[in-house]
Amino acid sequence: MTGNWSIYIITLTAIMIVGSFLLLFGNRTRPADSEAKTGHVYDGIEEYDNPLPAWWLYLFVITLLFAIAYLVAYPGLGNFPGLLGWSQTGQWQAEVDVAKARYEPVFAKYRDMPVEQLAKEPEALRMGQRIFANNCSQCHGSDAGGARGFPNLRDSDWLWGGSADAIHTTITNGRQGGMPPWGQMLGEDGVNNAAHYALSLSGALPAGTESAAGEATFKTICSSCHGADGKGNTLLGAPNLTDGIWLYGSELETVKHGIRNGRMGQMPAFGATLDSDRIHLLTAYVLSLSAAR
Amino acid sequence: MSWWPEGELQKMRSASPTSGQPSGDTTMSANATNEHPVYNYAVVRQFTIMTVVWGIVGMLVGVLIAAQLAFPQLNFSIGDLHLHFGRLRPLHTNAVIFAFGGCALFACSLYVVQRTCQARLISDALASFVFWGWQLVILLAAVTLPMGYTSGKEYAELEWPIDILIAVVWVAYAVLFFGTIMKRRTSHIYVANWFFGAFIITVAVLHIVNSLAVPVSLTKSYSIYAGAIDAMVQWWYGHNAVGFFLTAGFLGIMYYFVPKQAERPVYSYRLSIVHFWALIAVYMWAGPHHLHYSALPDWAQSLGMVMSLVLLAPSWGGMINGIMTLSGAWHKLRSDPTLRFLVVSLSFYGMSTFEGPMMSIKTVNALSHNTDWTIGHVHSGALGWVAMVSIGAMYHLIPVLWNRRQMFSVPAINLHFWLSTIGTVLYIASMWVNGIMQGLMWRAYNNDGTLTYTFVESVQASYPGYIVRLLGGAMFFSGMLVMAWNTWKTVSPGVAPERALQTQPA
Repeated sequence: MTGNWSIYIITLTAIMIVGSFLLLFGNRTRPADSEAKTGHVYDGIEEYDNPLPAWWLYLFVITLLFAIAYLVAYPGLGNFPGLLGWSQTGQWQAEVDVAKARYEPVFAKYRDMPVEQLAKEPEALRMGQRIFANNCSQCHGSDAGGARGFPNLRDSDWLWGGSADAIHTTITNGRQGGMPPWGQMLGEDGVNNAAHYALSLSGALPAGTESAAGEATFKTICSSCHGADGKGNTLLGAPNLTDGIWLYGSELETVKHGIRNGRMGQMPAFGATLDSDRIHLLTAYVLSLSAAR
Repeated sequence: MSWWPEGELQKMRSASPTSGQPSGDTTMSANATNEHPVYNYAVVRQFTIMTVVWGIVGMLVGVLIAAQLAFPQLNFSIGDLHLHFGRLRPLHTNAVIFAFGGCALFACSLYVVQRTCQARLISDALASFVFWGWQLVILLAAVTLPMGYTSGKEYAELEWPIDILIAVVWVAYAVLFFGTIMKRRTSHIYVANWFFGAFIITVAVLHIVNSLAVPVSLTKSYSIYAGAIDAMVQWWYGHNAVGFFLTAGFLGIMYYFVPKQAERPVYSYRLSIVHFWALIAVYMWAGPHHLHYSALPDWAQSLGMVMSLVLLAPSWGGMINGIMTLSGAWHKLRSDPTLRFLVVSLSFYGMSTFEGPMMSIKTVNALSHNTDWTIGHVHSGALGWVAMVSIGAMYHLIPVLWNRRQMFSVPAINLHFWLSTIGTVLYIASMWVNGIMQGLMWRAYNNDGTLTYTFVESVQASYPGYIVRLLGGAMFFSGMLVMAWNTWKTVSPGVAPERALQTQPA
């Protein structure tokens, strides 16, 4: 802030504090006389003119003195930083430094341990679980069982790959899954047929005339991502359609909706939120979930 | 409007308003009784009835959203009308603050200014405009907020066309009030009117400055402020809405109705001078305590904090002056539930104005911010102070305005008093427990630096508190239903002759 604003703030604050003192001490001198009234009558209401209660006066003075002391010690009077040199960013940095120093050894112990080995360390997994609970459970559930649109991490089905490296990449950089909308191109019958075919791959619907009609569509369009055999492609995040696991649901209408309108799935990037030590532990925890099966 | 027959209206106008008081007011000068104009009570009656009506509506919505927090399945939609917590919460706050509290302030201020200035309102047409204009604002709020139209500013959610209407009505109110002060027949201006005056002027300034926005359509606008400045302007408004709408205005109510109901002189004129000027000067600085540990610069946070602490004594000045006014009249609390409402409201006022400065201390705020403690603090002020002092004032006003000896049922006032008091205590105690528990759970961490609890675990732990809060709110609300019944029985035309006040020609 420029010097003039600083002077403005200091002046206004001083006027407030000095003015409060003047107001208080300018009105306390009258001797106590509890029977004296002001002589005003308003709709039958009269007024005594009792002096200010002493305890109240002192309470007021104490808060004013505290205000002065605080503004000398801490930033408040414009550009004056206060004698203690305190700032909220400074306080935050100090707390972060303390935390880093305190927890550094805890994380250092696991830093160079391979993820696969880490996934068998009970203490490391407990730490990973706590990080998961506060950062991941909002979408994936506190048991990592997932929800509609949010993948279940306890099964063996992986959209982007289930290796330690793939999981680490997913957490660090996030993922952007895109199923394009095909309603315009295929028309409603085409969407219906493709949905029947897709559902027949896992046996969710029996093969029939509609799925047979959808097969050609699948082979020419859908297979470029989902593969000719419908087993998906982890490089593209394209789901395996043959395993009976459905991110958005296996109802015919739901699948038709997905083909017609497309889907946009997003895993946010945590690289900037969690440091590499925490992502390391988190990766091990997520890996352990499916490894347990 | 005709809640009353014209003939009766005429009779009441001709009646001496001061004779509407209970007998025993020996301080009344004989001249003062006879030499005053016929007051405009019509607008006071209208606002009085609507205080009860909007109190019921606003608190019903409050009970509903409290239930929604305890039982999420109560968040429902009717077609495109989404009656979820997010839509109904601003409806609740607007309805209780500006509809219920606003009507109580209009009724009391327009009554008090006439009686203590011995002057009729300067214009009946302007008074009608203020009443109907304000009701229109409330109706527009009740329609637009559930539909999702909002400017996104807390306690100032209404969109710009309604904001303009509010400004127009408010200026009309200011003209009406100050015009009446100017033609007063008393030499001095009574202390209640200082507080009403400060409230009227400041709310106008706050509303206009904070609501400045660039409209993009009839139903959407964007604030002219950005970033931390927008946040600071919003909380300069937000906290002074508490300070001037919910504190100064209701202190004006207190300064008339407490001495009147207790039939005692005000304790200290000089204390009222000192705490009035200190209160209105210091309140202006307190807004930044809503933005501790944020992008707001350190110096603004510090000033907000120390001025909030300095505010303790000026706030308590009003409580002292109200409670000490009862010196020599404490025995009346045994038999007069209306006075009980007024005195207990002052106790809650003292409690919440102690709690507020404490919560503004940065280290306390670091625990309390964003927890249910804040909600509890607001309601100890809103239920305990604002609502209870208004209810007490209404129980004093209604018999006077409708020319009755007293309310239809005094035991019903007593029942209402206990429902309100117990309801308030349940509400704020449950929110203290929830708030402190949430604050502690959110900051707990393990020896590896990870957080001990997830957010949803703190929500789960808050569930019992939400049930108790719902119970407390429902009790307070049921008291309002008792009040509505009692009011109806008091004002309905077919009143038994022995209940009507004997009136004499002026």
